[in-house]
Amino acid sequence: MHTNSLYQEVILDHNRKPRNYGKLEHANHHAVGHNPLCGDRLDITLQLENDQINDIAFQGESCAICKASASMMTAAVKGKSRIDAETLIHEFRELATGKLDINHPHHLGRLTIFSGVRELPTRVKCAILPWHTLHAALNSIADASTETNHDSAQAVSAKS
Amino acid sequence: MPQQVIDRLVRYQTTQHANINRAVHYLSEVATMEYHTARCKLQQFINAREDREIIFTSGTTDSINLVMHGYGRKFIKAGDEIILTTLEHHSNIVPWQMLANEKGAKIRVVPVNDMGELEVDEYEKLFNERTKFVGLIHVSNALGTINPIKRMIDFAHQHGVPVLIDGAQAAPHIVIDVQALDCDFYAFSAHKLCGPTGAGILYGKAALLESMQPFKGGGDMIASVTFEETLYNTIPHKFEAGTPPIAAAIGFGAAIAYLTAIGIDRIAAYESSLLDYATECLSDIPGVRIIGTAAEKTAVISFTIDGIHPHDIGTILNQDGIAVRTGHHCAQPVMQRFNVPATSRASFAFYNKKTEVDALAAGIRNAQKVFL
Repeated sequence: MHTNSLYQEVILDHNRKPRNYGKLEHANHHAVGHNPLCGDRLDITLQLENDQINDIAFQGESCAICKASASMMTAAVKGKSRIDAETLIHEFRELATGKLDINHPHHLGRLTIFSGVRELPTRVKCAILPWHTLHAALNSIADASTETNHDSAQAVSAKS
Repeated sequence: MPQQVIDRLVRYQTTQHANINRAVHYLSEVATMEYHTARCKLQQFINAREDREIIFTSGTTDSINLVMHGYGRKFIKAGDEIILTTLEHHSNIVPWQMLANEKGAKIRVVPVNDMGELEVDEYEKLFNERTKFVGLIHVSNALGTINPIKRMIDFAHQHGVPVLIDGAQAAPHIVIDVQALDCDFYAFSAHKLCGPTGAGILYGKAALLESMQPFKGGGDMIASVTFEETLYNTIPHKFEAGTPPIAAAIGFGAAIAYLTAIGIDRIAAYESSLLDYATECLSDIPGVRIIGTAAEKTAVISFTIDGIHPHDIGTILNQDGIAVRTGHHCAQPVMQRFNVPATSRASFAFYNKKTEVDALAAGIRNAQKVFL
């Protein structure tokens, strides 16, 4: 795969100007994601009311793939129900690990530009980290890590 | 891997493969002899007094853990202090932390200056009557700094404190003479010297090794065993329990022969010219920051690029066929000291050419075009 098919303009744009970047003042759910491989860290705060994500923000130190994934993820799940968000989390993980058939119906929309990451096994974790962390935040898990489990987000400790 | 090393591994596996120090059959005798020959090559390579001062391990990490368990757990007590440096690889931090936690000992850390050089004056101030051990990296894997270990070893010895040198990054690039250095322990890995993975050595002064307790128990490390008591074997066997990495050790020996034939001093001189050239090329690129600018360096350039995460640089350079290490280099305290989450690191060796340095510089400029 050539660089340009992964580092597409959309990803570069979200890296330059990440959406929903920062920390929510009145968040009721929060999680921190770590990628011990590279030392990256991602902080997600969200406001969940009646099982709907009213607002969400992220911040942290990460590569372009991770930052763009987080930026596009927050844009995609804002206003969605917890169940719809969990569906996206599942589908995105399947996409990044090459298990999703994108010709079948899915809900990822433009997020499919991350499909190229499946050819770079060392970078799959970068793309998935925000989604792990979102899953952790939705389930009130304080810390998520890409090392706890490769394919599924795991509970580490609870905090909401 | 050099063809000579591959050929040696093939010859061992096809015509000499057997376990060592056991049976009386032909193959076992040959394998035992070849394994011993490899040990002697390592002895000569670092100018150790005796071959029994060379212990085969699975690598530098294993060697350091051997010292921690064999020396540390026997001689370090509550309240004792262990001196390490900011430049240590995790493998020379974590074992000592485990020991300190177990014993109630304390770790003191030597700081580094902005160029990535150890502050030796501060090191000397750390010594007191509680200081019982020094762990010191010879060459920083993250920055390339060559530390003034001779001076630091001498100072520790004035206080009667033994010194372990982590030589994983030094042995491939600097002539090592353990007698001249007078270090108490010296550790390095085969895979950084054109050898196979899964092998390394620990050099230790014979008297120290003899005073230590075994690290692992099992076959080969014993003189006699009953259910009441075990008498341990002599060194080096006392520290080589079980079947060692025989093939890898013999391959290690072949790698040492290969490097010795070229000459480590010639390798060092050539790599130094590559470092100068690469430093010049990379310094010319706006936005590139070289982390680690010590006066004494091996041919390693750790760098960051404004606005581009090291992982993205690594992936883009990989598309051009350029392999750099990205991340924290198993030296997170170094990253913290220089206030960066990670760096990219280009490591040059005697087989690299100036045109490859040019390709790296072009690759970095290309990455900047993609991102900026």
